[in-house]
Amino acid sequence: MTDISQSGAPKHASSLLSKDARTAKRNRAESRFKLYGILAIAVGLLMLITLVYNIVSRGTGAFTQTFVTLDVTLAEDKLDKNGNRNLDEIKKVSTFGYAPLIKDAISSEVEKLGIQTDLSAKDQAAILSKSAAAQLRDYVIANPDKIGETVQFRFLANSRVDGYMKGRVSRESIANDKSISPAQLDFVDQLVADGVIVKSFNLDFIFGADASDQRPEAAGIGVSMIGSLFMMLVVLALALPIGVAASIYLEEFAPKNWITDIIEVNISNLAAVPSIVFGILGLAVFINYMHLPMSAPLVGGLVLTLMTLPTIIISTRASLKAVPPSIRDAALGVGASKMQSVFHHVLPLAAPGILTGTIIGLAQALGETAPLLLIGMVGFIASNAPDSVASGLLSPNSAMPAQIYEWAKRADPAFYERAWGGIIILLIFLVTMNTVAVILRRRFERRW
Amino acid sequence: MSFVKLSASALAIAAVSATAAAARDQVQVAGSSTVLPYASIVAEAFGENFDFPTPVVESGGSSAGLKRFCEGVGENTIDVANASRKIKDSEIAKCAEAGVTDIIEVRIGYDGIVFASDIAGNSYEFTPDDWFLALSDKVLVDGELVDNPNVTWADVNPNFPAVDIQAFIPGTKHGTREVFEDKVILAGCEHTGAFDALKAANGDDKKAAEKACIGLRTDGKSVDIDGDYTETLARIESNKDGIGVFGLAFYENNTDKLQVATMSGIVPSTESIATGEYPVSRPLFFYVKKAHIGVIPGLKEYAEFFVADEIAGPDGPLAEYGLVSDPELSDTQGAVADEAVLGGNS
Repeated sequence: MTDISQSGAPKHASSLLSKDARTAKRNRAESRFKLYGILAIAVGLLMLITLVYNIVSRGTGAFTQTFVTLDVTLAEDKLDKNGNRNLDEIKKVSTFGYAPLIKDAISSEVEKLGIQTDLSAKDQAAILSKSAAAQLRDYVIANPDKIGETVQFRFLANSRVDGYMKGRVSRESIANDKSISPAQLDFVDQLVADGVIVKSFNLDFIFGADASDQRPEAAGIGVSMIGSLFMMLVVLALALPIGVAASIYLEEFAPKNWITDIIEVNISNLAAVPSIVFGILGLAVFINYMHLPMSAPLVGGLVLTLMTLPTIIISTRASLKAVPPSIRDAALGVGASKMQSVFHHVLPLAAPGILTGTIIGLAQALGETAPLLLIGMVGFIASNAPDSVASGLLSPNSAMPAQIYEWAKRADPAFYERAWGGIIILLIFLVTMNTVAVILRRRFERRW
Repeated sequence: MSFVKLSASALAIAAVSATAAAARDQVQVAGSSTVLPYASIVAEAFGENFDFPTPVVESGGSSAGLKRFCEGVGENTIDVANASRKIKDSEIAKCAEAGVTDIIEVRIGYDGIVFASDIAGNSYEFTPDDWFLALSDKVLVDGELVDNPNVTWADVNPNFPAVDIQAFIPGTKHGTREVFEDKVILAGCEHTGAFDALKAANGDDKKAAEKACIGLRTDGKSVDIDGDYTETLARIESNKDGIGVFGLAFYENNTDKLQVATMSGIVPSTESIATGEYPVSRPLFFYVKKAHIGVIPGLKEYAEFFVADEIAGPDGPLAEYGLVSDPELSDTQGAVADEAVLGGNS
């Protein structure tokens, strides 16, 4: 056969349908649309990859740290002048009193290794973190019987030295820097060659407390992690029962009238309220009116409860609705009461959906910073680890995202690295929670 | 039934909150973000060396901190406000209205304000006149007050490169802004003669002329930064021609990214600020609520520790971080020990 007309579509061996111009146009539009879709996904993926690459490449440095191993002689004449090992007298020696011990320790190490350097003892000791004196003092107070002996310590190196070991600081970049000199970096090189300075994994970043601006090398996210944990406990303990009870009542028992309609609309509106609003509310109600302590995870938890509640109610109601009416009818038909039908049949079937909604609500609350700004949980706070559940709830603490925000603001570039490291930890938490939610839904969800 | 449950839960929250209002045992501090690093260094050392818990230090700006400070007396209010400027009379009046009458003012030392550009950008040698001519909304041209016509730095001063003026200055909630206005813009205003012209235009009213002097242009050449210095730094990194206003301590921690400009020929450093040669510096303060001393454990010890020689002295950790130590520190120590309040004999 020959073509009937040039305008007609070419024939297909497999199909009798011949495409006219308009069909071809529609098909082209469709393939164009598919292309846009693929492009959109590609752009999204590219952004995700860029983000993850950035986070990982900038943040992994925070998990390693430079350490200096030194033998320190805990001189009795400096730490316990009367020699009676009275703890109150030992405590009178402040961290400033421990600085000479560290200077002596590093000088004797240099002598032992036969390192040639023109640096003064003070400049030599400057490669150590400011936290070294505090570390020594804590050790002596915990072990007063060790006074007079020589003990080996692993001190943190100063953030500039740490940056040098990680390639962040170079001899060029410190040209105008007052806190470290090229001669000190040469000294560091010599100590590295002798194995005194090593870079190793830093568990303290994950479990430690925040540190002040002068010692970024000592800062950790651990205490703010505990703060986040306590807030999540408060959210879970309050938002889950209140949210589930409210949705069961609204979904199963409440009469359908204008009052419940208004409540419903308001719950949906509440879910869209910016989180900072809950922070202001928390400040006004929980702190100024109820006189709850400032900066406490309890208050943070209460504020986040308010924020999470609508999310939980909406997802709970959706999963209650998804249970087919035939189940309720069957239960009522064999003589169950309304409450029995809800608690024996509907709620267990809706549980996976409720749990998923709760976990996603918690994950959202975990990453929230804005409301915490107003109730005093952002700042130099997470420096005391709580020692009991009550103090975990009531003593001041920060939260992981607030800690990251705080680090990102500080002047020393070493804090910037820690902020990215904190983001990695926070992301691990969020991904884990979301994965758990997905697994729960996959395993237990029933479809009708 | 679930309503009963609901109200039971509500009651439970109320019960928890009632018992939670127990005594606070740590010092609560808020205020200037310039003072924050110093305060956190002190708080950390305080926690290490005393049996009191580490004080909580928040930031937010001098004005925000003083506002919280003046909310009243009681455990749900802060004990100490950090400020990078002196407390204003209007703030003292606000405090008094809320019952905060006895305020102890503590000067911890001095801080320099520096002007810095990107390390790869142009370097500058400023005078206050340059800044006034670059940023003011009205300048004097041939004896007439006109809207600021300067577009590039070369228009301001022929010695400067012909790049667009782009300045990142602290927002109005920062105490640094006020010092910038007083010591730089106003000085430039007076020196270029615009002050006299404005004074004449405002009917010889000195206050109105001062106010008119510090009015900055709003055409986008001057950008207010309400966040911290890290935000200013980020702006400069993305705009190599930009010039930012920083605290000396911040600059000293970021010498690999910033180059500092001289002011009237003086390079800012702790030494040149201590001698008073470098003109743009200001005292830093913190304010203590006397009514909280004895109620909040460790409050007085914290204040005394802050100004102790081993902390705020010339060889202490604060000076090492960038604070210019106060030559009259011993007077301050005495005043803190005596709990001398503002207004003295009131």
